[in-house]
Amino acid sequence: MPVSVAHSRLIYDALRACDVRLISALPETWLVHLIRMADDDPEVTLVRLAKEEEGVGISAGAHFAGVKSAMLMQNHGFLQSVNGIVSLAQLYRIPLLMLISYRGEFGERDPWQTEGGGVTEAVLGALRIPYQRLDDPAHVAQRIHKAQTLAESALRPVALLLCRDLMWEEAS
Amino acid sequence: MLRIDALRAIYERLERCVVVTIMGAVSAELQSIGHRPGFFYLQHAMGLASSMGLGIALSRPELRVVVLDGDGSLLMNLGGLTTLARYRPPNLTHVVFDNESLLSVGGFPTATATGSDLAAIARAAGVPRAATVGTIGEFVAAFGAALAADQLTTLVAKVEAKGPPVFLTDLSMLENRFQFARHLRGLKG
Repeated sequence: MPVSVAHSRLIYDALRACDVRLISALPETWLVHLIRMADDDPEVTLVRLAKEEEGVGISAGAHFAGVKSAMLMQNHGFLQSVNGIVSLAQLYRIPLLMLISYRGEFGERDPWQTEGGGVTEAVLGALRIPYQRLDDPAHVAQRIHKAQTLAESALRPVALLLCRDLMWEEAS
Repeated sequence: MLRIDALRAIYERLERCVVVTIMGAVSAELQSIGHRPGFFYLQHAMGLASSMGLGIALSRPELRVVVLDGDGSLLMNLGGLTTLARYRPPNLTHVVFDNESLLSVGGFPTATATGSDLAAIARAAGVPRAATVGTIGEFVAAFGAALAADQLTTLVAKVEAKGPPVFLTDLSMLENRFQFARHLRGLKG
């Protein structure tokens, strides 16, 4: 499976550098290494979800309890979580650090991922969620750190889009 | 059983707990008995009160967390029961007031009115302790036993579909939110 272990490690280490100690996740192909890293890390609580919206509630609880958290999800999981994001995180000013695998962009071979890919950024925009793309290993650490800083200072959700060029290593 | 009588009956015990409630009647009735800084009322995001309780319970194992849920809310997040069961924090007690209806939006019946059994669903999801009670006496005993058991418990209390005339209180959502967070920061086990 050509998901980049090295880049997953970069992302994971950047989350840990931000003192993220709870990670909620629902598996998808691009996230497998990140989830394993969280599972193997005794300093981190990994919460495996049945559905992504639960992660909004769990992160809200963790925030109130004084623990920094992050959410790992596919963009379809983000779309699934919209009500929780609006009527919990935004209504109650909860910082969320959402790492969203950005399926359905240029290069996508799975037909079922393509509709979600086409609306992800428009929905983020409609929700006024600040976001940046992670598509180059050189800016991963800095962008994750800055996103987490903004989430905590604004007390609002922020998103990082995990892009194909970062996550997927095409066989050449 | 009236929900407000059930709340009154456990109110003193809630003082030592961190409490997350759902919106509507549960929130308004608990506030009418008396707000405390350790009470958070999730006024929207139906279904996520139990997930919030899980997030607090996992993050702060030294705290005793009580979620006051409802049938309509829990039915929106049944998958969350499997997540609760998966991590089964011993410091989490999950009370579900089941009035078999969506009381705050016209009283239309939920699926528990036609036989869906939330305690059985919780048990089948893997929640180690789950029970249904129908009287105040049973409720108080079961709630006390749940706190004492130190094991994740889902306690379904069958209550009448009656609530307060208004759900709006004078506690603003953000005031509640910041007070609650500050209170938790100051709490030791």
